[in-house]
Amino acid sequence: MEKDLARIALFAALIAILGLIPAITLGFGVPITAQSLGVMLAGAVLGSRQGGLAVLLFVFAAALGLPLLAGGRGGLGVFASPTVGFVVGFPVAAFVTGLVVEKLHRLPPGVNAGIGAFIGGIVVMYAFGTIGMAIVLNKSLTEAALLNSAFVLGDLLKAGLCGMLVAAIARLRPQMLPWYRAPVSHIFR
Amino acid sequence: MISLSSPVRTWAHGWRAGTKLAALCVATMLLFVIGNIGFQAAAFAFALLLYCLPGMVFLREGLGHLRVLIPFVVIVLIWHLVTGDPAGGIKTIMRMVTAVALANLVTMTTSLTALMDVVRWMSSPLRRLGVSTAPLEIVLPLLIRFVPVLTLRAGQMHQSWRARSLRRANYRIVLPMMLMALDDADRVGEALKARGGALPEQEN
Repeated sequence: MEKDLARIALFAALIAILGLIPAITLGFGVPITAQSLGVMLAGAVLGSRQGGLAVLLFVFAAALGLPLLAGGRGGLGVFASPTVGFVVGFPVAAFVTGLVVEKLHRLPPGVNAGIGAFIGGIVVMYAFGTIGMAIVLNKSLTEAALLNSAFVLGDLLKAGLCGMLVAAIARLRPQMLPWYRAPVSHIFR
Repeated sequence: MISLSSPVRTWAHGWRAGTKLAALCVATMLLFVIGNIGFQAAAFAFALLLYCLPGMVFLREGLGHLRVLIPFVVIVLIWHLVTGDPAGGIKTIMRMVTAVALANLVTMTTSLTALMDVVRWMSSPLRRLGVSTAPLEIVLPLLIRFVPVLTLRAGQMHQSWRARSLRRANYRIVLPMMLMALDDADRVGEALKARGGALPEQEN
């Protein structure tokens, strides 16, 4: 119980830190952030339930006015801005990512995380993001999808990264992946 | 940490957080339901007036928070000029800016504690049903405390990367950051348990 809560809180904090990465490494004005990578990782590492809750906490704290979203954004204004769909979709994306990863736990740990990140972090996330943008900007779904398509390439890269990072965690801290059952050959090496 | 709250104290700080949130809900709903351009323009002017009332410092800070909308304003303007419907574009832009501006106003003039009280009040039916909301009151302070801690550690990792490599830090730095957060989480979990657990005595 306590460990679950601590993981949820610290992963939510980690997602906030990942939103700062371009500010650290590439200077200001870089539109691609690692924040959605954090959302994918939350689902893939913590699993559907805890991962979804971690991202839900993150979005909730941002709504309360903490500047946790990429670029130091936050507050209720986020929920009226064109990117509202993505923010609302974050927890669902993490949940679905976790769900896919858990269902595919027989696949190698990096592969299932990559597939999960693609389905949850791209398909589900863009479905939410497109609907939100269509409503706020008063555009049709096709037009909104066109506007969003510029970011798909970056997110495909992030899904691949998510797979690589989860593969590394399975090697370094297998006990931290609740869905992961290490093959016997790993234990009796 | 940058704060989204107002640099100056305004009259709206004294209002009840619940009232402000309810008013914001109604206002946003009206903005999206009423398509009349006159109403949209009036609402836009009203929002601008609200930003001007507390003075220059507040106005500058508030407009700074709205800067993130500029790319969208540009895209919508270009879009509607190309499709030959500039009036529709202006209306959409005004609605978007007004809605975000009003929501930011609530965030700027309401303290985190006041908002938490609203959340606690809204979740009271859950408690009556026997669902404990205590975990939320544990994880939110943990999150707030660990954002600066993890930021500091990430900064140190970035420095040690730069001390050892000619190249810039890249995505590989995410792995040690994640391991650090997960390891810390386990220690924090043990510490919480050692200090009496996350739930009040009678609920354990």
